[in-house]
Amino acid sequence: MAYRSFVLICSGTGCESNKSGVIFDRMAKQITEKGLLSEIQLVKTGCFGLCERGPIVKVLPDETFYVDVKPEDADKIVEEHLLKGRPVKNLVYQYEESQKNIKIENIPFYQKQFRIVLRNCGVIDPENINEYIARDGYKALEKALFEMTPDDIIEELKISGLRGRGGAGFPTWRKWVFTKDVQSDVKYVVCNADEGDPGAYMDRSTIEGDPHSIIEAMTICGYTVGAHQGYVYIRAEYPLAIRRLEMAIRQAREMGLLGKDILGSGFDFDIEIRLGAGAFVCGEETALLASIEGNRGMPRPRPPFPAISGLWGKPTVINNVETWASIPVILLKGGKWFAQIGTETSKGTKVFALTGKVNNSGLIEVPMGTTLREVIFDIGGGIKNGKKFKAVQSGGPSGGVIPAEYLDTPIDYENLQKLGSIMGSGGLIVMDEDDCMIDIAKFYLEFTVDESCGKCSPCRIGGKQMYGILDRITKGKGELADIDKLKQIGRAMQKASLCGLGQTAPNPVLSTLRYFEHEYRQHILEKKCAAGSCKELVFYTINPQKCIGCGLCAMKCPVNCISGEKRKPHTIDQSKCIKCGNCYTVCKFGAVIKG
Amino acid sequence: MAKITLEELRRLREQTKADIEKREVEGKETLVIVGMGTCGIAAGARETLKAFVETIEKLGLKDVVVKQTGCMGYCYVEPTVEVVMPDMPRTIYGKVDADVARKIVEDHIVHKKLVSEHVMDKPAADIMK
Amino acid sequence: MEMIQIKVNDIAIEVPKGTTILEAARKAQVNIPKLCNHPDLPPTAACGLCIVKIKNNPKMIRACATKAEPGMEIITHDPELYQVRRTVLELILSNHPNDCLQCPRNQNCELQTLAADFGIREVPFTQMIVEHPVDDSSPALTINPAKCVKCGRCVEVCQVMQNVWALEFIGRGYNMRIAPAADVKLIDSPCVKCGQCTAHCPVGALYEKDETPAVWEVLKDPSKHKVVQIAPAVRVAVGEAFGLEPGTVLTKKIYSVLKRLGFDAVFDTNFGADLTIMEEGSEFVERFVHKKGVLPLITSCCPGWVDYLEKYYPEMIPHFSSAKSPHEMVGVLTKTYYAQKTGISAKDIYGVSIMPCTAKKYEITRSDEMRASGVQDIDVVLTTREFTRMIKASGIDFLNLPDMDADSLLGDYTGAGVIFGATGGVMEAALRTAYYLVTGKDLGKVDFEETRGLEGIKRATIDFNGVKINIAVAHGLANVQYVMEEVKEALAAGKEPPYHFIEVMACRGGCVGGGGQPYGATDEIRAKRAKGIYEDDKQSEFRCSHHNPMVQKLYQEFLGKPLSEKSHELLHTHYHERPLYNR
Repeated sequence: MAYRSFVLICSGTGCESNKSGVIFDRMAKQITEKGLLSEIQLVKTGCFGLCERGPIVKVLPDETFYVDVKPEDADKIVEEHLLKGRPVKNLVYQYEESQKNIKIENIPFYQKQFRIVLRNCGVIDPENINEYIARDGYKALEKALFEMTPDDIIEELKISGLRGRGGAGFPTWRKWVFTKDVQSDVKYVVCNADEGDPGAYMDRSTIEGDPHSIIEAMTICGYTVGAHQGYVYIRAEYPLAIRRLEMAIRQAREMGLLGKDILGSGFDFDIEIRLGAGAFVCGEETALLASIEGNRGMPRPRPPFPAISGLWGKPTVINNVETWASIPVILLKGGKWFAQIGTETSKGTKVFALTGKVNNSGLIEVPMGTTLREVIFDIGGGIKNGKKFKAVQSGGPSGGVIPAEYLDTPIDYENLQKLGSIMGSGGLIVMDEDDCMIDIAKFYLEFTVDESCGKCSPCRIGGKQMYGILDRITKGKGELADIDKLKQIGRAMQKASLCGLGQTAPNPVLSTLRYFEHEYRQHILEKKCAAGSCKELVFYTINPQKCIGCGLCAMKCPVNCISGEKRKPHTIDQSKCIKCGNCYTVCKFGAVIKG
Repeated sequence: MAKITLEELRRLREQTKADIEKREVEGKETLVIVGMGTCGIAAGARETLKAFVETIEKLGLKDVVVKQTGCMGYCYVEPTVEVVMPDMPRTIYGKVDADVARKIVEDHIVHKKLVSEHVMDKPAADIMK
Repeated sequence: MEMIQIKVNDIAIEVPKGTTILEAARKAQVNIPKLCNHPDLPPTAACGLCIVKIKNNPKMIRACATKAEPGMEIITHDPELYQVRRTVLELILSNHPNDCLQCPRNQNCELQTLAADFGIREVPFTQMIVEHPVDDSSPALTINPAKCVKCGRCVEVCQVMQNVWALEFIGRGYNMRIAPAADVKLIDSPCVKCGQCTAHCPVGALYEKDETPAVWEVLKDPSKHKVVQIAPAVRVAVGEAFGLEPGTVLTKKIYSVLKRLGFDAVFDTNFGADLTIMEEGSEFVERFVHKKGVLPLITSCCPGWVDYLEKYYPEMIPHFSSAKSPHEMVGVLTKTYYAQKTGISAKDIYGVSIMPCTAKKYEITRSDEMRASGVQDIDVVLTTREFTRMIKASGIDFLNLPDMDADSLLGDYTGAGVIFGATGGVMEAALRTAYYLVTGKDLGKVDFEETRGLEGIKRATIDFNGVKINIAVAHGLANVQYVMEEVKEALAAGKEPPYHFIEVMACRGGCVGGGGQPYGATDEIRAKRAKGIYEDDKQSEFRCSHHNPMVQKLYQEFLGKPLSEKSHELLHTHYHERPLYNR
């Protein structure tokens, strides 16, 4: 087919939930009706990353980057751009007026990114194995099966310095070598696609946009360590990713890239999918393995480590989706190439879900060593609505907050740890002056308390106690002794919990205490929430100088606690006020003070 | 479907690679820009565009991108085409129908020879001598 | 056995390879605090109290689940460890009701001991008690969720050690509790009332039904004729509550205290055991020699096992001995034979039994056949634990009582009767009499060592002058599956079954390790108690059931002969399939 134009439409869950599927169908219909079927190829791809502005439609070779596309725009794009060659200006992404028609890779959002894991997302159709193959897909597998020994592969991984991307950062080559060297009749390879961190969707997008990269990598691992069966444990809340993965596995099997005697090498390998059932704790490797075995998802003491005794007691390699997606590239381009990217201790790139109060929220992939400032301000486009940056939270519910003075920290495992946070799976949540640190800590703790499996006392009881204390503080019932109690319980949880969930659950609290203890004190001693977030600690009063007595606030008050005569300053009865904020919102004269 | 062998996989990759690479813009040094304003389309610019794409495909030229643009202004000699190439001056051609399109690919792009009779904008110096 | 060198708190010691740090530390005279760990069970590593450090490593690891490696330098106590452990204990206490004074585990509770040892005087955290109703649906056991410390021992025991699967963790995090699957009531679950969960629970979250109030009441009632029987396993364990070594035989003191408490007649279940041997031994001869009925014959004196077979292996019911348990046999005879002899009406007789077993509380209403005397044959069952509490509440100086005898009619026993209390004892007793029943002669040597010991499944072939009897003895319900599968496989293939006679005891160690015995049973203690039992056997005047003069008298005067119609009416029962879950 001699296509002259290619239209790539994002079909990740984010854009799909905003009707990108409908856009695709309408464009297809229009293209057919206008007789352009043989000239234009419509391609459904994975995530482009600029999720803040989705649904995204990219036209090549014109390099037109359409954002915020709606189904009704489909007709216009076909008619004006594809048929008549006139890009629809009001839909094109404009960084700034002066930068019109900027090349896509030079958009600040993309300029500092380096897509290795996301190399095929937004480029190929994830439902078509041929497109994966075209972009050197399964070439690394060829190399592994026919040109490399297991030891060669381990060596390449070692040189690359790849560390587990699930959060722990354990050197991948070491994990593989443990499993490879153990004698066993049966071994397993597992992909951890449970991705439970709230706000994290790196793994989901990778599987939705490039499922074959996982399949290829797991097969390579099977060959390296001597395993013939792989499992992908994916959370049931990712139906689209599951569907794409099922399709990819089926296509790979049909082509013979999974199954017996792959490519005539004599090596057998197959993959099955196992679904999660709504438990964050099943992202912890031993709980995950228990879940695959059909048992209750509770962690087990380690040692023995899964690499030696894992699934059904057999040696098991278990890695995160991002780790897997990096493997084929490392084999093809060499560990040395990979090791050139990143910092001394943390090689390669990392995918982050940059969300919160930034302008360009979405999925990004940057070399390790990129600074937080570059990520938040250059790529992220700075804080929304011109507000002031307060802190960035990394690592999800297991991580901590990093305040403004550390914005120039190069991102890597060790640096983040030194600051009291962790890399985690890649969540980055940006907070501004309106975010209360205690409320943030409480939010995360609420999550981990709910998700705790309950097996060990430090996490089960400690988390609940810490939450109780935070709750009291946000309601104005805190005591100064609470700060030390939080530290004491937090420490016990870090040291004595059975698994990573409990060990890291106190991190948001301890981290906010480290950098924002003054906020805690303010809540406790002054019963005040400067960010204006904790409802109980926010007071609404009427400034008699500004109030003209129009009575609008009194009308809108749901509990009738505002009184006053017409055209005379009104007052709020604090004992009845429920702090809904209606009066603050409706007053046209700025007479209601929030604080 | 029968299980694929190593050679078959490699062949499949070669084939599909070519298809995917057509979408790419990066690294492609030669640009053919076809004016697709209303006048252009009325004059048959779509056929011109099609001809460029097909000929480039036929000749297996990997380094060329064919783009479309709005009206270039030379409405009286539509369809108009601009060719940008390293080692060659930026040239704007007029009255480019499907046949001329094919000639431009063969002469200008492959053999680096201007199709003089259709050039709208002459180069400052005759660098072909 | 390979030995490795390690250091604990800078003290050099040598331990076998594979020893956990928790066990290894004892060699250096260090007891690392623990709550969830139990020597019977694989470590779950839940409570977080046993944390220790390796030198120069800031991480804290669990001593219960980590094996010592050669050259390891372990630190068990330092200020940081102490602080963290204390906080963990305070957290556990903040989640536990503060009513030690009213708790059945007062003075006998592992959490209480920890709090005392740690010197806890206040808990700096808010009291958070789980509000969930008590499950007392079962006639034998009660679950009190508020006191549960989630150690997980009961779940391990019920699933792994007993293979009953009546208990599971349900819910998540703070709301996690122990309950049967689908949160049904215990009575509607597969629970066989073996009580092993209550025996392993470190606190007062799982305990036997306390029926002592009913007994105190009846002891005050002059219109009732009160009779009591004690089980073989009780006599070697009751002393533990009074500071004596496990295995100390206190039979005559028990008779003495029972008389002092006010019982009109004191009998012994061992008599019933001898009787069971006569009935069951004859049954065996019927099947083995006269080929009437199917083989293997399986013992049925353990009510936990009876419930288990009815639920999990109902197809094997024809293999069950129809003989009741010794306990029920004595029970029905007190209200018929004894009633006749004394002229007291059955309805005026109140029968109490003191058992090492919680399932017996269920057994007495198991079916209408437990009313073969016309009224309920046994009125109430007390566990050894309840019995020791009664003794203490009575003010009687138990250990200094003069020895007394039981009432012979249903109280005299042979050595064969007492060994019922240990695993393999029923089998050994049966063999001693089976030889006589088959050949008419007595055995010279009556000890069958191959039936004894704590091995989960004991298999042997007994040679009686060329006649070979294949036996299997299993204890701990999880071991049953292996034996049953061997038998079922052979029967399905039309082959000879691998065993002729099988003894099953639900509890590990047999009744000495029963669910109602004093707390803290480990294999070491079970072995000691069993030793006491076998000592009692050795000291007995008669060692074979058929030599029991009172048993002979019973047949002569009342029953006729084993398996007679009267025997069947009073001393035998029937079984039927039961559902795992009552919906």
